[in-house]
Amino acid sequence: MKRHLISAADLTRDDAVLILDTAEEMARVADRPIKKLPTLRGRTICNLFFEDSTRTRISFEAAEKRLSADVINFAAKGSSVSKGESLKDTAQTLEAMGVDAVVIRHGASGAPYRLANSGWIDAPVINAGDGTHQHPTQALLDAFTMRRRLVGRDAGLGKDLAGRRITIVGDILHSRVARSNVDLLHTLGAEVTLVAPPTLVPVGVETWPCEVSYSLDEVLPKSDAVMMLRVQRERMNAAFFPTEREYSRRYGLDAARMARMPEHAVVMHPGPMVRGMEITAEVADSDRCTVVEQVANGVSVRMAVLYLLLGGSEPAVTAPSRTEETK
Amino acid sequence: MSKILIRGAKVLGGEAQDVLIDGETIAATGADLSADGATVIEAAGQVLLPGLVDLHTHLREPGREDSETVLTGTRAAASGGYTAVFAMANTFPVADTAGVVEQVYRLGKESGYCDVQPIGAVTIGLEGKKLSELGAMHESAARVTVFSDDGKCVDDAVIMRRALEYVKAFGGVIAQHAQEPRLTEGAQMNEGIVSAELGLGGWPAVAEESIIARDVLLAEHVGSRVHICHLSTAGSVEIVRWAKSRGIDVTAEVTPHHLLLTDELVRSYNPVYKVNPPLRTERDVMALREALADGTIDIVATDHAPHPHEDKDCEWAAAAMGMVGLETALSVVQQTMVETGLLDWAGVAERMSFAPARIGGLSHRHGRPVSAGEPANLTLVDTSYRGVVDPAGFASRSRNTPYEGRELPGRVTHTFLRGRTTVVDGKLA
Ligand SMILES: [Zn+2]
Repeated sequence: MKRHLISAADLTRDDAVLILDTAEEMARVADRPIKKLPTLRGRTICNLFFEDSTRTRISFEAAEKRLSADVINFAAKGSSVSKGESLKDTAQTLEAMGVDAVVIRHGASGAPYRLANSGWIDAPVINAGDGTHQHPTQALLDAFTMRRRLVGRDAGLGKDLAGRRITIVGDILHSRVARSNVDLLHTLGAEVTLVAPPTLVPVGVETWPCEVSYSLDEVLPKSDAVMMLRVQRERMNAAFFPTEREYSRRYGLDAARMARMPEHAVVMHPGPMVRGMEITAEVADSDRCTVVEQVANGVSVRMAVLYLLLGGSEPAVTAPSRTEETK
Repeated sequence: MSKILIRGAKVLGGEAQDVLIDGETIAATGADLSADGATVIEAAGQVLLPGLVDLHTHLREPGREDSETVLTGTRAAASGGYTAVFAMANTFPVADTAGVVEQVYRLGKESGYCDVQPIGAVTIGLEGKKLSELGAMHESAARVTVFSDDGKCVDDAVIMRRALEYVKAFGGVIAQHAQEPRLTEGAQMNEGIVSAELGLGGWPAVAEESIIARDVLLAEHVGSRVHICHLSTAGSVEIVRWAKSRGIDVTAEVTPHHLLLTDELVRSYNPVYKVNPPLRTERDVMALREALADGTIDIVATDHAPHPHEDKDCEWAAAAMGMVGLETALSVVQQTMVETGLLDWAGVAERMSFAPARIGGLSHRHGRPVSAGEPANLTLVDTSYRGVVDPAGFASRSRNTPYEGRELPGRVTHTFLRGRTTVVDGKLA
């Protein structure tokens, strides 16, 4: 694996499968009464968040703590783009403090790449979402969720998603989740179709390793998983689509549409969901919807990524020691 | 009066000749001129060009002296072989009054490295709302004839029309920064394959092309002269070609970086490649080279845009747009146009000296033939030189060059401003 995790495209098939397999091991820890491993004891990890995202931050923090790392949360709210030097300054402060890894969330595409490649800092950098560029751990947790549902928890070990048909619906243009998923799912052998109104598909998409369709109804019957992306209401004001109602009618997932999906197919959403717009409450609450699992899987996947990037030489998961059990 | 004999230089890339400078003017050209009483510069193998003229330079003074001053900018210009530069109006305060343009003009005179011809803002404060006092700037000591809101587009069609009409009274020209503002909101780089992948806001080619199309039609309608700044797309070339074929009085410029670099470089997220208009695709680059060769694009202009280190040493989105260019322009043109066989040195002289002087109304003093009786504004180039660009050696106050570490051909060995050397053996005098 590379030293940093900036883009889902950085991962080879074997890297990705290794992360997913390691995440399965990590997931077992969550089933224990004491959900903690000594693996990263004595290591310091900084969660550097230039953009609010409580969900992602908490997920990383839980992963770090379960691996016994020391955690520094740094929220540089409001200082991201308007004050350009802050990223470099902050990086150098962290370097001086001797952090062992930086998890960064930033509103500007490419900020984690700059952090990793500008010589500002030596520690491994993990991208927790940058602008409209990438969110690789989200793609990994999505792939993990799909593998569990479509291949099986144990049956999936060592396997990829070859031949599975995944549909991603919604605001592709502004979505780092879509970009990361297209890259990773392609690497894992899946066939990806993007569905959106033409205004929300980026110019230049033709070189991506996926199909593009403007019709959700045509794609649904041949989908093993349908990932609904959040559509922000303000896109309407920018004329990306005429009205919320029209968007829902053409691209929203309701029970009738869900019924057109194959029986085994699942519905995914990176959250937070806007019920009624891109997904109806009925679909969101159905047992085919994996939103809650995705959240839990996020912790396991992030544990796996941190463990592998921080080069744990010992096995990630050992039999829990007596002392820990009796604490 | 001091005499200088340039011996055996290929004038405009042609036959080797001697050129004798006496005082401020060229006294004679020809074979075996007498070196009597003259300092001799052995120039065998070198190319002698008329002093270069840059129609598009940002000198930053007044207001951003931390990036560049008229003095440092003109030193950079002399190093790059220029004897005249047009200073863009987007300073602080904006060059939208006779007072500011006269200040810049005077600073140029004092620097002594290069003539500085101020450009006036088309609208007050570059706000696109009210015309600046274009006539007063023209009548000032600076004799402004080129007006531009560069950095911003004059996007209101009525204001653009009026500006085009108004400057006809004194032979002025409006230099348009063609950028439809609504189509480029949030734009960070060329819209296309690379922007889609990088998740950076796209600057579509049509945002440039639609303004150029509108402006050439406006120029035709009111019978005025329009100049298109830093044209960057294949589509823009088509529109200008069409406009010229129709007899519309339009001229256009291309920057060196748009002749060489593509948006693929943005994959590095290194803001040194962040520029407006953005780096485009290989296809655009090739179309621009061809258009410069066939005369559709009239001139090369640097868009020299100095920025301090802090404004580039940050994440892409936060970084300032622009690149320095005065000291590398001729080398890039040599590599992209001469060494590809698209242009000879006479063609380079046309596009980097004669034509920009003509467009900017300076051709009584600059962009003159290399012959007896003409002002001795000259540039001597060692075209066989090969070297790696090292910004540490720049005369510009800023170092934001996209060519750091890149090998480029050619080196300006001497620059003469009215007979006085501003550069000797590649070093500022
Ligand atoms: Zn400019």
